[in-house]
Amino acid sequence: MKICGPKCSLCGLIISVWGIVQLVLMGLFFYIHSVALIEDLPLLEEYENLDAFYTAANAAYTQNAYNCWIAACIYVLTLLLSAQQFYMNSRVTAN
Amino acid sequence: MFIQPEAAYTSVSELGETGSVQFRDLNCNVNIFQRKFVTEVRRCDELERKIRYIETEIKKDGIALPDIQDDIPRAPNPREIIDLEAHLEKTESEMIELAQNEVNMKSNYLELTELRKVLENTQGFFSDQEVLNLDSSNRGAGVVDEATVQHRGRLGFVAGVINRERVFGFERMLWRISRGNVFLKRSDLDAPLNDPATGHPIYKTVFVAFFQGEQLKNRIKKVCTGFHASLYPCPSSHNEREEMVKNVRTRLEDLKLVLSQTEDHRSRVLATVSKNLPSWSIMVKKMKAIYHTLNLFNMDVTKKCLIGECWVPTKDLHIVQKALSDGSAAVGSTIPSFLNVIDTNEQPPTFNRTNKFTRGFQNLIDAYGIASYRECNPALYTCITFPFLFAVMFGDLGHGIILLLFGAWMVLSEKKLARIKNGGEIWNIFFGGRYIILLMGLFSCYTGLIYNDVFSKSMNIFGSNWINNYNTSTVLTNKHLQMPPNTSAVGVYPLGLDPIWQLADNKIIFLNSFKMKLSIIVGVLHMVFGVCMSVCNFVHFKKYSSIFLEFVPQILFLLLLFGYMVFMMFFKWFKYSPHATFQPETPGCAPSVLIMFINMMLFKNTKPFVGCNEFMFDSQEGLQKTFVVIGLICVPWMLLGKPLYIKFTRGRRVSHVKHNGELTGNMELAEGETPLPTGNEQAGGAHGHEEEPMSEVFIHQGIHTIEYVLSTISHTASYLRLWALSLAHAQLSEVLWNMVLSLGLKMPPYTGAIGLFVIFGAWCLFTLAILVMMEGLSAFLHTLRLHWVEFMSKFYEGLGYAFQPFSFKAIIDGEEEE
Repeated sequence: MKICGPKCSLCGLIISVWGIVQLVLMGLFFYIHSVALIEDLPLLEEYENLDAFYTAANAAYTQNAYNCWIAACIYVLTLLLSAQQFYMNSRVTAN
Repeated sequence: MFIQPEAAYTSVSELGETGSVQFRDLNCNVNIFQRKFVTEVRRCDELERKIRYIETEIKKDGIALPDIQDDIPRAPNPREIIDLEAHLEKTESEMIELAQNEVNMKSNYLELTELRKVLENTQGFFSDQEVLNLDSSNRGAGVVDEATVQHRGRLGFVAGVINRERVFGFERMLWRISRGNVFLKRSDLDAPLNDPATGHPIYKTVFVAFFQGEQLKNRIKKVCTGFHASLYPCPSSHNEREEMVKNVRTRLEDLKLVLSQTEDHRSRVLATVSKNLPSWSIMVKKMKAIYHTLNLFNMDVTKKCLIGECWVPTKDLHIVQKALSDGSAAVGSTIPSFLNVIDTNEQPPTFNRTNKFTRGFQNLIDAYGIASYRECNPALYTCITFPFLFAVMFGDLGHGIILLLFGAWMVLSEKKLARIKNGGEIWNIFFGGRYIILLMGLFSCYTGLIYNDVFSKSMNIFGSNWINNYNTSTVLTNKHLQMPPNTSAVGVYPLGLDPIWQLADNKIIFLNSFKMKLSIIVGVLHMVFGVCMSVCNFVHFKKYSSIFLEFVPQILFLLLLFGYMVFMMFFKWFKYSPHATFQPETPGCAPSVLIMFINMMLFKNTKPFVGCNEFMFDSQEGLQKTFVVIGLICVPWMLLGKPLYIKFTRGRRVSHVKHNGELTGNMELAEGETPLPTGNEQAGGAHGHEEEPMSEVFIHQGIHTIEYVLSTISHTASYLRLWALSLAHAQLSEVLWNMVLSLGLKMPPYTGAIGLFVIFGAWCLFTLAILVMMEGLSAFLHTLRLHWVEFMSKFYEGLGYAFQPFSFKAIIDGEEEE
């Protein structure tokens, strides 16, 4: 059954691939506590002391890493869906 | 060239296949209808008309025409032409006949269908008893037995079918002419019937009109004709009606069979024709092109051979001669055709050989202006400078990868994508520039690496070279800390910008200074390169005097002033260091390059800070003054040098012509018989340069000088757009990340992943639309402007016209686009 046309499925395909690649890499960078991504962490404005900050930061890093990887998995599903739609559309036009 | 008339057709066909000659029209004062080969052109037109008619018929039936890509046929020889004509004639007449038959049959079918409907629908109008009385109306097509009717005094009737729109007018008219003595019963048909001529479905109504008397019947019949109602004989007795209905049904079936067989036959004919049609169409096009070209030839006085004139690239001369000999050989002619090279004063067309890679860049340059004949072609250098300047403005590794992938896809599947004929204007532009896009992506990846920018985040590949020397309490109690470079900067980051800058508050202040200086350096280099290109032009056209009179002052002016500014920038980068112990060498004492430049031009001085020196090195003051003085001398040198030289040398050269590289003076007649064409008038125009009055020369040179001097300043400043656009791109990228993607990353655990999924999709779309498409087009446009105005105005003339050879490939491709 056709949910979207050829252009929509191609678009979905490209964004899914891009999403998978980039989210996996971003998850990896979050996992290794990369400093460049420090401003993207869900942290509070102020902490009691330095240790509280460090524990919060480490937790935030791993949490974001898992979020990214889960989103990457959802993009895998989207990829499969788009691919199936794309092949169905190209078979219809071939016929 | 001189061609034998018998071999003319084949020779021109060969030349068209090679596509290396541009013919000149020798018969421009002859009307199109009076030229020699007009009848042949008319024949071709007739053939084309037939082919077009068959094509429309094929398209109506929905049969696909095969696409010829690889095996393009050659122009047909006379025997083939006759075959083709016969074939096309036969097919066309068959098609017309079939169409006519079909129309006839369809109208028959319509009549029978209407008759059937009439018979079926009038059941309700008659009851069985009345039927017997109305027997009189049953004799043939509406012929009523007068005597019987009048004798009986009963009602007669006529039955028929009329368009539904006309029913009311019809009824009213009947009422009027019969003074109310006609009784009309009607019933609408539900299903529309197809009009045989147009094929449109029309709604109709069945009617039965009852009347008394012969006169009324005639009147009714006249009204029916007037309203285009079709009358049908309808028997009054039920049994006869049943029989008639059966009859009609069988006839309808037969007719349907015949119709479908006709249609099959038609499809078969069209299918067989459609296989050959594209190749025939191409052959006819080629034929027509050949005859048009032959019309450009002149007939020799002795009527023994055809004479034509053409432009041929020198390297292709042997190809042309081979084509001529092939043409003669194909016809079996013993007398060969041959080619003579003649010198001329006219400006030849400009021809730059390109391959699929360089064609895109050549198009960019040609859009500004086609190069004058044998001028230096900047397209070669544009292959590298264009993507480089684009990349300076677009520097982002992530976006560069996107461009690179797009360009690579188009290049790798170019054979398949080239077959797409109707992708639209925008697709054609993108596909035509696929190599440009590929290179732009590649260079953008490089500058992205140098600017250390991936979707506005930096990559820490080698480890940052800045260290934090403050102790914990200082860090914890201060919101902002400044890290002085003499203690915190350890070493130099190996490639590009240190990744820590992305997180610094003063990132933009630092990058501004760096990128602005970079832009000016690149700009001055580009402009110096442009001025140096003019040397190539002067050397080629043997205008050696211009090298001394124009090039030297121009390059001195540019280098001594703006080249010196570039030197100051580099010197400032090297001299001032935070590790210096001598205070005037610390960064705090570094003077502004712009202020120094302005002071240099105006011979002013500014007071430096306490403990600092005004100048960067000893004898800078003296050096600057010397440069400015020499630069000022260059201006009158440019202004007066060339005109005075022309004035002094004009007196010496009285009669001889040869001083301009484009003219080669003598014109030789090839055979002595044929008069060569209008080159004489044009030679006079080109010579006019000599007779230009001195005041014109001075004014001309004055304009050039003012333009050049002002342009050094304005164009140098114009190159600052390299900084401006790269700043805009970086900031847009950062805003997009912080305002869009960051929201998705700061979400609660596990469930936030779905939010991240949605927001990431939105971020992708925005990145593609704003940062890649919009910024990409913007940077492309600005790079193009930098090339056209800042670079090419230093040396480019661009007054040529393009070489458009007689090539079948170009003609067929051009027609397909239409």
